[in-house]
Parts: sequence; structure tokens; C-alpha cells
Amino acid sequence: MDNKKIFRAVFALFWLVALGLLVLDTARSSSVRVEPPPIAFGSGQAASGGHCSGR
Amino acid sequence: MRWLNRTFLITGGLAGVLAVTLAAGLRQGLLALLGIGFGAVLQGARFGFTTGWRDLIERRDPQGLWAQMLLMVLAAAFTLPLIAGSGGELVGAVAPLTISLVLGAFLFGAAMQLADGCGSGTLYKAGAGSPLSFVVLPTFAFGSFLGASHQPAWIAAGGLPAVDLLAFGWPTALALTVAGCGLVAWLAGRAARTAQGAAAPTPQAVAQQLVRAGTASFAAAPAPAPGTRWARRWWLGALLLAVLYLLHLVVAGQPWGIVYGMGVWGAKAVSALGWDLSGDAFWGVAPHAQRLADPILADVTSVTNIGLIYGAIAASRWNGPADFSLPAGKRLAAAAVAGLVMGYSARMAFGCNVGAYLGGIASASLHGWVWFALAFAGSIVGVRIRRRIGA
Repeated sequence: MDNKKIFRAVFALFWLVALGLLVLDTARSSSVRVEPPPIAFGSGQAASGGHCSGR
Repeated sequence: MRWLNRTFLITGGLAGVLAVTLAAGLRQGLLALLGIGFGAVLQGARFGFTTGWRDLIERRDPQGLWAQMLLMVLAAAFTLPLIAGSGGELVGAVAPLTISLVLGAFLFGAAMQLADGCGSGTLYKAGAGSPLSFVVLPTFAFGSFLGASHQPAWIAAGGLPAVDLLAFGWPTALALTVAGCGLVAWLAGRAARTAQGAAAPTPQAVAQQLVRAGTASFAAAPAPAPGTRWARRWWLGALLLAVLYLLHLVVAGQPWGIVYGMGVWGAKAVSALGWDLSGDAFWGVAPHAQRLADPILADVTSVTNIGLIYGAIAASRWNGPADFSLPAGKRLAAAAVAGLVMGYSARMAFGCNVGAYLGGIASASLHGWVWFALAFAGSIVGVRIRRRIGA
């Protein structure tokens, strides 16, 4: 098997594992979360998401 | 068979959006959809912040920087009036002018040239199948986690408070932002014209250029081909990204960001491996501790990042399997280290090219301009190092 084929296999495996971990994380998170309104603009609520600017 | 491939990619994207909506709510589903849009546009237009800067530094080609300035102007024009009138429902990316901002932006600018991608670039290229970005992604996430953990200490090192130009009213803030972007675009165009107008190199000129290359690669850059036109992919990419940026702000209530989410991934990973973050100065306190307790899909930047990666995967395979070349081991190792530096420095500097540069400038925050100046200076150094390691 050449290097490109190996990389393609590793690439596919990585994203499959990442997807599996994402599903596991979603299933295992036990905190009760209040779902925000679908659109922030016009919701009457202050923005509350995390952002790199320090919020 | 191409139609089958495209149907599969579209169905996969829609199924993903539906899954996110069911798991984390409609807002997160919409953000995943917008993330797919970001990834598709970045990959489809090859809209690279890193490449745009390197083109100017090495070839005096200003097209990429022009497109970035167009994106800033459009994003600011679309969003500043909304932020000003939203009563706190929408917020901009505003951060203080700290010592860490200066150091972090410079380091980020240098490292992104070695990693061949910034925050958004790493994500979309990793999705598109670039081995280099694929290697950078995990180290970037770990660096982002670690940088966030140290961020309170860096902020305590000192600096000036945030300067939000929106305090002067949105028309003034927008006018200043447009003037700043116009000035940068003019300077970039002038640098290109100066290079084009240069006479054919004499042996003395070549010798001078070599000496100058030792001190400033930007000043010694060769001229681009005369008559180069502004490629459609650049301005169209800027236009589409500005529309997506507006929609993201309206849905999320905050500007598009990349690095916070990658830090969450890193923090979740080290927590799973047994690293106790309950006493951490950043991840152990509200609201960040709660975001670690919540699922990744509930985090705004994480879900946009995931969508972005899928969008890039889909765009790169739209016409069939994507081709790539495998870099040398030395190059991959350098990129992995650069990814670590990028992740860490992005948290020192309150964001990467998206959260601080685009978000900061489009939000009329002075820290965005400081970030740009320092990161560009860092990129000049990064391009020189890149040449030395033969990248």
C-alpha cells in the first residue's frame, strides 16, 4: 500500500473516531440545558455563547 | 456517477444538520448549516488569510489582502448598525489592548505561515484532506486549551482597556473602519505597483536584494506579473463570507469565531484523559466550566467549526476524490509545533484571524487593528523561517 492510500485510510478513520466521540459526548453529557431561542436577534435575550474575544 | 457523489454529500450535510438540531436545538442546527456554508466558500474560493498575506509578502500580489479588506468593510457595514440597535441581543468581538495581544498576535502571524493555515485555514484544509493541516489540527486544539488556561495570567500582565469605536455611534465607527480598510488596500496596491514599475534587475540590484532579503523579506519581495487582475474567487469569496458572517451574528448573537471551540475540544480531551480542570483559572470557572459540562454540540463555535469542516470536505470532493501531496516528515513536524504555538498564541491575542482580525475589525474594536499589524509583522518573519526549512 502506498503512502497516499495509508493517509486516506488514516484520514477516514480519524473523522470516524471523531464522529464517534462526538456522539458519545452528546449522549454522556448529563447537565440540564435551557435551549436558546432559534434566532438571537429579536429574542430579547443577551448573547451568551463563548467567544475567543474573552466572553 | 458525479451526481451520485454530490447527492451523497448534500444528503450527508442535511442529515448532520438535522442530527445537530435534534441533539442541541434549532439554533445549533442553523449554526451547523452556516458552518457548512463557511467551509464550502473557504474551500471553493480557496479563501486563505495566510495565503493572501504570503502572496503580498513574497510576490507583491495584493489580491488576497484586498479581498480581506472588502470582507471587513462588508461585514462591518452589514453588522454595525444591527449591533448598535440590538440592545445587547447582538454583541461584537471587543477585547482589551493587552501586552498578551501584542505578543500573541505576532507569534500567531509567524506560526500560521509555518502551519500553512490560520484558524479557519487549518479547519477547512484539514477537512479538504491536506496532510499538513491534518497534523496541525490536534496540536492547535491542545495549544488553544492551554492558552485559554493561562489567559487570565496573561491579561494580568497588563495593558490598556478595550477601545470600542461603536461608543462614538455606528456611522462614525463604520466610517473609521472603511477608512482603515481603504488605507490598507491602497498601501497594498501601491506596494504592488512599485514592484511592477521596477527596472529589470542588474547584478548590483540582485546583490542589493539578497542583502535586503537577510533583513526584511517583505521589502525584498519580487514583483508579480504586470497586468494581474483581481481574480473572481477573491471578491466573490469575500462577498459570500460577509453574508454568512451577518447570518451568523443574527443567529448566534455574536461574531463568527474559531479558537474558543477548539479550546473546548482540547479541554474535553484532557479531561477525559484524567486532567482535573476544576481548579483551572479559566476552565474551572463560569461560564467556561459549564460549557465543558454541556455537550460539544451546544457550544456555538464548536458547532460552526464542525459544520465548516464538513463543508470543506464536501466542496473538495464535489468533483470527485481530492488529490494531495505528502510533505516531508521534517515539514510535518514543524507544522505540528506551529499548530501548538498558533493555538496558544490565539488565546493570548483574543482570537485568530477570524475571531480577532475579522471579528475585531468588523466590530470596530481597536484590538482587531492591533492584531492585524502585529500578526502581519509576524508573518514576514514566518515566511523567512518557512523558506529556511524548505517549505
